[in-house]
Amino acid sequence: MGVIGQPVPRVDGPAKVAGKATYAAEFHPEGLAYAATVRATVPHGRVASFDTTGAEALPGVIAVLTHENAPRLPWQPVEQAPVDPGGGEQLKPLQSDRILFAGQPIALVVAESQEAARDAASRVRFTCIAEAGAGLIFDPARARPPSEGTQESYPAEWERGDTEGALAASAVQVEGDYLQPRLYHNAMEPHATIAAWDTDGGLTLWDKSQWVDNFRDQIARNFGLDENEVRVISPFVGGAFGAALRCWPHVTLAAMAAKVVERPVRLELTRRELYTSIGFRPQTLQNVRLGADGDGRLRGIVQTAWGLTSAYEDYGEEVLDPTGMLYDAESAKTVYRLVEVDTNTPTPMRGPGAVTGVFAMEMAIDELADAAGIDPLEFRLRNYAERDRKKDLPFSSKALRDCYATAARRFGWEKRNPERRSMRADGMLVGYGMASAVWPAMRSPASVRVRLFANGTAVVRTAASDMGPGTYTSMTQVAAEMLDLPMERVTFELGDSTLPMAPVHGGSMTMASVGSAVAAGCTRLCQEIGRLGDAKDGEHPVETLKRLRRDSFEVEGKAEPGKEAETHSSYAFGAVFAEVRVDPDLGTVRVSRLVGAYDGGVIVNPRTARSQAIGGMVQGIGMALMEAGEWDERLGRVMNANLAEYLVPVHADIEELDAVFVESEDRILNPLGVKGIAEIALCGVAPAIANAVWHATGLRIRELPLTPDRLLMAEEWAEGMPA
Amino acid sequence: MQDAANDAGDLDVRSTVDLTLAVNGEDHRLEVPARTTLLDALRDRLHLNGTKKGCGIGQCGACTVLLDGQRVNACLVLAVMAEGRHITTIEGLHGPAGELHPLQQAFIDHDGFQCGYCTPGQIMSGVACIAEGHAGSRAEIRQHMSGNICRCGAYVNIVAAIEATAGGADR
Amino acid sequence: MSGLGYARAPSLAGAVEALGRHAGAEIVAGGTDLLQRLEEEVLPPELLIDITGLDGLRAIEVGESEVRLGALVRLNEVIDYEALRAAFPAIVEALAVTASPQVRNLATVGGNPLQKTRCLYFRDRTTPCNRREPGTGCSALQGRNRINAILGGSEHCIATHPSDFAVAMTALDAKAVLASTRGERSLAFADLHRLPGDTPQHEYNLRRGEIIKGYIIPRAVLARQSHYLKVRDRGEFEWAISSAAVALELDMAGTIVRARVAVGGVATKPWRLPQVEFALRGRPAEPAVFASAASLATEGAVAHGDNAYKLRLLPRTVARALNELRERL
Repeated sequence: MGVIGQPVPRVDGPAKVAGKATYAAEFHPEGLAYAATVRATVPHGRVASFDTTGAEALPGVIAVLTHENAPRLPWQPVEQAPVDPGGGEQLKPLQSDRILFAGQPIALVVAESQEAARDAASRVRFTCIAEAGAGLIFDPARARPPSEGTQESYPAEWERGDTEGALAASAVQVEGDYLQPRLYHNAMEPHATIAAWDTDGGLTLWDKSQWVDNFRDQIARNFGLDENEVRVISPFVGGAFGAALRCWPHVTLAAMAAKVVERPVRLELTRRELYTSIGFRPQTLQNVRLGADGDGRLRGIVQTAWGLTSAYEDYGEEVLDPTGMLYDAESAKTVYRLVEVDTNTPTPMRGPGAVTGVFAMEMAIDELADAAGIDPLEFRLRNYAERDRKKDLPFSSKALRDCYATAARRFGWEKRNPERRSMRADGMLVGYGMASAVWPAMRSPASVRVRLFANGTAVVRTAASDMGPGTYTSMTQVAAEMLDLPMERVTFELGDSTLPMAPVHGGSMTMASVGSAVAAGCTRLCQEIGRLGDAKDGEHPVETLKRLRRDSFEVEGKAEPGKEAETHSSYAFGAVFAEVRVDPDLGTVRVSRLVGAYDGGVIVNPRTARSQAIGGMVQGIGMALMEAGEWDERLGRVMNANLAEYLVPVHADIEELDAVFVESEDRILNPLGVKGIAEIALCGVAPAIANAVWHATGLRIRELPLTPDRLLMAEEWAEGMPA
Repeated sequence: MQDAANDAGDLDVRSTVDLTLAVNGEDHRLEVPARTTLLDALRDRLHLNGTKKGCGIGQCGACTVLLDGQRVNACLVLAVMAEGRHITTIEGLHGPAGELHPLQQAFIDHDGFQCGYCTPGQIMSGVACIAEGHAGSRAEIRQHMSGNICRCGAYVNIVAAIEATAGGADR
Repeated sequence: MSGLGYARAPSLAGAVEALGRHAGAEIVAGGTDLLQRLEEEVLPPELLIDITGLDGLRAIEVGESEVRLGALVRLNEVIDYEALRAAFPAIVEALAVTASPQVRNLATVGGNPLQKTRCLYFRDRTTPCNRREPGTGCSALQGRNRINAILGGSEHCIATHPSDFAVAMTALDAKAVLASTRGERSLAFADLHRLPGDTPQHEYNLRRGEIIKGYIIPRAVLARQSHYLKVRDRGEFEWAISSAAVALELDMAGTIVRARVAVGGVATKPWRLPQVEFALRGRPAEPAVFASAASLATEGAVAHGDNAYKLRLLPRTVARALNELRERL
């Protein structure tokens, strides 16, 4: 039995538990100087003047950069990276006096110590002139369709069948407005860049990156360099969840500062700065209308989403991708609109789009099931989609039925009393709720270099990343199995842009993409050594190398998607069941149990996969119960920009989590049969919890998070309702 | 090294301080601005990077170290105020032969992390949690580990690692 | 001035003398709130006077009729002190749900009641805030005020007082012992904090150069029969959206002879509720009595939008705390 599929411990575990894994801010090149930023205080306008004398006078201050003295960068046009918004123009820091949002960096101090840099930054005096911008209020009345170039991903309108007719003819109908607030990644490691120029004009960046190749390309263009003159190093990423896909402005700032002071410079962002220096999951309002016939067959779905974007970039996401494919409805329609606000640009956050769309859809389905008097799980089964009716393609694999059955059994769904407010324990209202989860399974081209040594060890290298899921470990497993070597004899290296090309570490596609390349590279290596040595069947390539008196042998391996996307629709699926306890007086909600069953294809490492799944559940509990960026519509900023008032779950919030993977493989999508599990693990958690809260209390709260204030204020509405 | 504030009577006011920090049994001399936190002294001066900076203001627990055996947030302690105290960081947790502390091993065995960034803080906090006698049940561990945020959401595995190690320590 | 100054206080007299002389000076001991403010540049001091070397402020003295706590006693030391757990459950329970174990190992009882508000606008130095910058206006009144006060606010400030410990101390009639160059005086804990009125920047009834040296907490049946309940948005490591410290003394028939009720998370200072105490007195200790007395908790309360739910939450918090306490008696 091979090592693929075995729950082996992480290969980087010993380094991580010993504090020896080195993250971006922790490199110490000789002569390192420290930077700190000064931030705009108005949400739109211009910087009118600076007085930097106070800052420059402080001991240890090396330079103060503003748009008045910063170098003008070439900023050559970049072919839009798939992680960048399709429209608009990215922020170019210190290149003009324009202010696009409050919190935008407008000056940078470089000093001998971090303390001196921060101290000096607080002494830079400046005046801002506020001007009218797009606006600060998220007002759907100002909505517009996404720009032309982006509509392939998220069309302004899409319809299959006659939804209005179908809704009108439906025996049961529901309609609701659902609001998801701004959500922030808040990975534990703050973003940081260390930039160092060498004497012949090359630039090295130590950074926090989910895609070192993208950072290399963007920085090369910004500074007018060849790609091979920029090296980006990122061996460990302290969580990211999408926040380290784009090459954010602070990366450019660090490189610019290092160029000016002719020393290596570190720019480490503060927790507060992270709320304006990277992106966030955009606030999104949705309206869902559903209709079904008397026995619970879905006839019409109309889902409309209004997503927030910045005024300078056109950020949209595939909120409505699941609408047309998740259920076997007679007709479906989606409408997508963007609302510009003077804020920094949103960015993908774990499960971008689908997590938001499924939140509204799965709450609405629950409401429709209730209106039709059908058990929520049974309702979903009656509308099970055997085929993707949106793309009109068969699924390359789909084990959602198994997910429902497995999770329902482990959860004990049959104990649910369908009556709301009917279950109690220890004085608390108990509720059971469930939801489906879905995420498109994708892959991208990737390449690796594999070297086998005659001493029986191997090294596999690629410019991939590991932000925590266990890329180091799972890729080592794939290589060890393909090379028929023990795991401890295989080393996997990543996080360096000088290594062979790898795609973005996101979208749940690292294993499908990079894993396929590792497998291809190892296979090719074995074949070529075999050919070279005219090896007999059964001779291990290491033996062949020895026989050939070769110290080592290296090949490149590549893998890329074929035409399967034209013939099949590929998704990962899941089912999430939640038990909540609601305090009937105080309105506090606890999630006492979550059970999730996932169809993620072949699971390379059940141990790390489970960790990823329970991690998604924890983030889902945060999304459901406590997370929200509190935007002030007058000042144009998020007020709770820290980790004490933007709440994420702590140990005390997490009780029993049960995550399992159903038997599944998808060899159409890729040779390893994997589909990816990162995003699916967050999808569906929040609606399952919200549905459980409804079951416990009878309160349909369609705005996240479900904090005590929402429950207490919803009571008046509930008390007025017929029992 | 003294400045304008030094008209404070008998007070010896300094804006830069010379100090000795006893970290993991070893004395380190350094000169830092008075506002330097123990966390920044460890990371930026002594290059002991195992103590992590997640927020810098006591809201995440990534920088948890032991000060005279008690867990504290290194970001909430001025370096100068840690002088004369025994500071233990993740780098000092190993056994005499360099072997992992049982809780470090338990974190590997129970997969008590993903990205690894909060991990040293969780482990230092967990070591203290066990020593304080606050690891008697899962609920107690959860309560007494709530000063350490893990955004990857490894909580149930962390609790399992602490529970297993505490159980072992009792035997 | 090149950055922050730091000095170790050689004596209590030296500390208060220096504190009185420097407008920009602050005492540092636990530093858990002060270092946050330094880092975020929210009212950052210019000079820190470190009093952690003053061993005389470190004692816990348990007497017949009262307990004395030195200002430098750490929060966790109180929690771990058996005799205090029995004598003042409300205080120990309040401390046990304060911040995190790490913070409780640093923070002192002297500093804890002086921590600054968590009002989102106070904590972001780039926004208008009367408490941080007098005269700039109160952003919270019409802003994101979900965590702000419904009691004790003014048109200039509705910042919530954040300390749990202070609420319990207020309920149990504790006194603060204050020291300055002019000697010592004691002050009822309930008078330690000021209402914001039109000078929200003045938070404490401490004179310039005066510091908290310690506390005197009277031992009483009431104090032994006390309880603290905290309601918050997550399970741990978070300030209260509503809290109640309650104490009851009953006669043999189960009638309430004395009652103490103070609340937190809802008011601009630790908030005693005499009208609720009065309504409890002479009545049987039972749920209906608790509910009706607790309904008086919001007398005079004013909501400002996002915090309107506290009008509903506060009475329920008080009633729940009383019911939980009754279960134990």
